[in-house]
Amino acid sequence: MRQPTQPEPGASSSIWSRLSTITDYFAWPLRTSHYLELVNPLWTTHKLQARVVKVWDETKDARTLTLRPGLNWRGHRAGQHVRVGIPADGKHYTRTYTISSPPEREDDCFTITVKAIDKGTISHHIVRNIKVGDYLPIGLPQGDFYLPDAQPIQPLFITAGSGITPAFSMINSLIAQGRLPDTHHVHYAPHEFDVVLGKELKAMDRYNDRYHLHLIYSREGEDPSRNRFSAAQLDALCPDWKDRDVYACGPPSLLEAIEQCMEEAGCIRRLHVERFRAPFTEVPADAVGGRVRFAQSDVETDGDSDTPLLKVAEAAGMNPPHGCRMGICHTCNTTLVSGCVRDLRTGEVLNEAGSIVQTCICAAAGDCELDL
Amino acid sequence: MKTHQYPVDLTDEQIEEFGNELEAIRNEVFDSRGDRDRAYILKVIKTQRTMAVSSRFVIYLSLFFIPAWGHALATWPVALTLMGLGVFALGIAKILENMEIAHNVLHAQWDWMKDPEIQSNTWEWDTMSPSDRWMHSHNVVHHTWTNVLEKDLDVGYGIMRVTPMQKWKPAFLLQPIYFILLMLLFEEGVAVHEQAIDDHLKGKNKLKDFTPLLKRIGYKVWRQVAKDYIAWPLAAALVAIPISFYVPFSPLLVFGMVAGANAVANLIRNIWAFTIIFCGHFPAGAHNFTLEQVEGETRGRWYLRQMLGSCNIEGGKLFHILSGNLSHQIEHHLFPDMCSNRYKEVAPRVRALADRYGIPYNSASLFRQFGTTWLNNLRLAFPGGGEPYEGSQSQASHS
Repeated sequence: MRQPTQPEPGASSSIWSRLSTITDYFAWPLRTSHYLELVNPLWTTHKLQARVVKVWDETKDARTLTLRPGLNWRGHRAGQHVRVGIPADGKHYTRTYTISSPPEREDDCFTITVKAIDKGTISHHIVRNIKVGDYLPIGLPQGDFYLPDAQPIQPLFITAGSGITPAFSMINSLIAQGRLPDTHHVHYAPHEFDVVLGKELKAMDRYNDRYHLHLIYSREGEDPSRNRFSAAQLDALCPDWKDRDVYACGPPSLLEAIEQCMEEAGCIRRLHVERFRAPFTEVPADAVGGRVRFAQSDVETDGDSDTPLLKVAEAAGMNPPHGCRMGICHTCNTTLVSGCVRDLRTGEVLNEAGSIVQTCICAAAGDCELDL
Repeated sequence: MKTHQYPVDLTDEQIEEFGNELEAIRNEVFDSRGDRDRAYILKVIKTQRTMAVSSRFVIYLSLFFIPAWGHALATWPVALTLMGLGVFALGIAKILENMEIAHNVLHAQWDWMKDPEIQSNTWEWDTMSPSDRWMHSHNVVHHTWTNVLEKDLDVGYGIMRVTPMQKWKPAFLLQPIYFILLMLLFEEGVAVHEQAIDDHLKGKNKLKDFTPLLKRIGYKVWRQVAKDYIAWPLAAALVAIPISFYVPFSPLLVFGMVAGANAVANLIRNIWAFTIIFCGHFPAGAHNFTLEQVEGETRGRWYLRQMLGSCNIEGGKLFHILSGNLSHQIEHHLFPDMCSNRYKEVAPRVRALADRYGIPYNSASLFRQFGTTWLNNLRLAFPGGGEPYEGSQSQASHS
């Protein structure tokens, strides 16, 4: 699988790219960059990597990594996210994390803050195993959840859990530029000790007159259900919320509630949300096949639980690449866009987007979409 | 009940049982892949790249010791020893790249890591054959149809008689010469090892039918030649031009020395790769099969055929790595997409299983395996040598 955010060749300097066209004759079939990597992994142009320069435990299950990106990195905008490749148990996983540091940082590093979630093997791995000196493949900063350049707006941030990170980066960026407008920030966390970046938030609240922080502990107090997000609660904390631009980031349930509230108040156009797509699909308990979509060919058909997807594709009039038809040659390899498939030899279910699927020995396990 | 035609005394049910036991070994190993396997391949790749680039600089370094420099150490023995070291290291680097890294990456052995840098569909290797072409003729044709006459192009590579089942013709009298030539020009041989080219020589298709294929191979060949015989020698020669005003040597000599050094390194790799690969399916005791025998083959029988048709070579740890673990040819053919560092682990289990079912397990020293391959080659250059096979129906009607 190719990362869609390959550093554009020649983006850094055209002299270097011209020179490397010549030196690549020496390095063929590799590229000069593969040999530069032996000297310093941050000099590569064939992939972008970052060195872990600091790890900082925010809470018992959240950790901030400070990363020094390679030479081909370009600056991010506050609120954007970055794809990070994590090797865990020998496998390479890609996860998207918001950059929590402001672009104004002077040492060319950036930070991501990762919270270990209940079933997230990868976030657990980051929180427990990543150490200073590790190199991680990264993408370029992406995403359109950032503050407009034009002033002034009066933002209201509503965040929960690790959804704090884009807001943290945006607010810090405004402070660093010395142009922080009147800002309200409602943040939800289960308990006080659970607040990711809590110390920094409180310090920002103390030293900036125009920053108003409202921390809400959703599992504390006599009746925790009263601490849930509601229009009434918003009225109490930030009476002029209908006149503000709302930036929200958090779990789907919170975002839904906010959307509904803004819709009812008639100011949905002032709402900006950031949601992360779940990297896993739930495995259906009674997987008896399902709808099969072939994304590139734009073909959709039904596949049952024991017909190989290669046959399903052929029955639908396609002619995808194939070889041995018994799972040994890997000519038919493709990637899973979404959904679940089952390996007919082992019964193993693949449900992570981006997994490699051998179509000749995998069948649908529920709905699935393949990159064919 | 016995309905199959394989040369073993097992019932159909026993063969399926045997297949299931192999499947269990496979699943067990596949489930246990993890950090140590990743660390292994990353280490091999890093070692190989470091070796490749530093050996080329050792070859450059040796040029500072040719007698024309006039300093105390500038003698031919010193220059040639250094150059020899560089050439040897470059040869080893190329062997590592072709055999332990590329061959296995192209088998999708490391695809499970999902590392975008180490994927079978994007990897290109340091040899004249384009990797995707090779993957077709090797992974699909050879690994699916292993040792089946008229199907597996690797049975004699279209130029040699490696089993008495192949019909003798006078051209095979020259096969000991082909054997040596293929050994020396193995890289080139692999590049033109294509069904389309083989068909063309038999007059079955026209040149323009596969021009795009030839262009692809041609581009790969050009880049390989450009690297070893133009870029690296030329860079040395260009540096030598200004120096030659002060030190009496010819830049042409420098060019020739570097190009020659690279040629020898390629030759070392060719001979080694040929030796190991020819020990895979051609030593005495390896079985070949007919299309009738493999008709309606089950997975269990496929496993059995792989086992009967492949041969292991015994040796130490370094030997296994340098052979790309093809010294575990049997295990490789049973589990072509298992990462290569695991073959040595499963080999004793596979062998025990073979013993239990009374299936031959062909494993011997390099001397025995290559020796019998060579003797076999000499014997089969002449008619006879065993039970002939008249060819399948389709083939018979064709000729």
